[in-house]
Amino acid sequence: MSAATGQQHPLTIYFWIWGLLFLFSAASYGTDFLEHGYFRWALILLFMILKAGFIVAIFMHMAWERRALILAILGPPVVLLVLIGLMAVEGDYTELMRLERFSAPLAPTGHVGEAAEHE
Amino acid sequence: MAENAATAAEASKEAPWQTLVTDWSADKQTFSVPWGKAMMWIFLLSDTFIFTSFLTGYMNVRVSTPVLWPNPSEVFALTIFGIHMPLILIAIMTFVLISSSGTMAMAVNFGYRGDRGRAAGLMLLTAGFGAVFVGMQAFEWTKLIVEEGIRPWGNPFGASQFGASFFMITGFHGLHVSAGVVYLVIVALKVLRGDYERGGGNYEIVEIAGLYWHFVDLVWVFIFAFFYLW
Repeated sequence: MSAATGQQHPLTIYFWIWGLLFLFSAASYGTDFLEHGYFRWALILLFMILKAGFIVAIFMHMAWERRALILAILGPPVVLLVLIGLMAVEGDYTELMRLERFSAPLAPTGHVGEAAEHE
Repeated sequence: MAENAATAAEASKEAPWQTLVTDWSADKQTFSVPWGKAMMWIFLLSDTFIFTSFLTGYMNVRVSTPVLWPNPSEVFALTIFGIHMPLILIAIMTFVLISSSGTMAMAVNFGYRGDRGRAAGLMLLTAGFGAVFVGMQAFEWTKLIVEEGIRPWGNPFGASQFGASFFMITGFHGLHVSAGVVYLVIVALKVLRGDYERGGGNYEIVEIAGLYWHFVDLVWVFIFAFFYLW
């Protein structure tokens, strides 16, 4: 058969990953019932990364590809972390300027920090 | 895997990092995958940048507004049989999309086995799940626009940037799902008709279509985490 070039793996792997993805999705839905805070955000990120990792590695067969393709595809998105970091800093600064210049009574520093916590 | 004959044989001789050097320095094509698959990966890479830009834009407006952000848990809550359930429709949509990824992965498997009937059937099932997803999204949008009064320029719950971010991000994702449904149906019908038997029974097109579909599911994982849960 022409399977020599293709990605052919036992079906059990897919069933396992399918089940795990269901489990992680249920778990990440469960985080919605937690209080907003670092613990909840950490769990959201954890389940997100686990789900994304299993989809890319197993369903998209990245785990079985050669290193050259893996790096060509998964390498470039790393630069996006720079954009995300810059925009987070920029957003904080913009909020600070808005609070300082556009809110009626000049907000004391304590208030600014508090407003940022609501995000 | 044993079936992965060529790759496995070469890989067993060299460590992964050595294969990287070999692939780039050999006087031949660098990526040892079908060109269609390499191009689909490149396309998905560019799509990654688009969706990340949208999500980063959303993060920026959410961080920069001093107005309280609407609570997605409440905005997307539904009351079913008199029970108030936060975010329930989004959770169901997530499970539908993951199920469609599972059936797609199996379609790829049956495609490479040359089982045309099962491969096409599973692809059509995948497309069906996709259509259900888009239908539920249409319901969600209708509810938000008509009943809740959410607009791209404002809403009754809080920061006005909420609507713009929401319609932009989920709209673009829904467009991807819709395009994927059409793509899958076309490929499934061609598989069923036996078009690929003429090329010697090569079913890598099923895997390539599958890559696109899994990517759509992948994007939803990030939207679910950052827009709906955060």
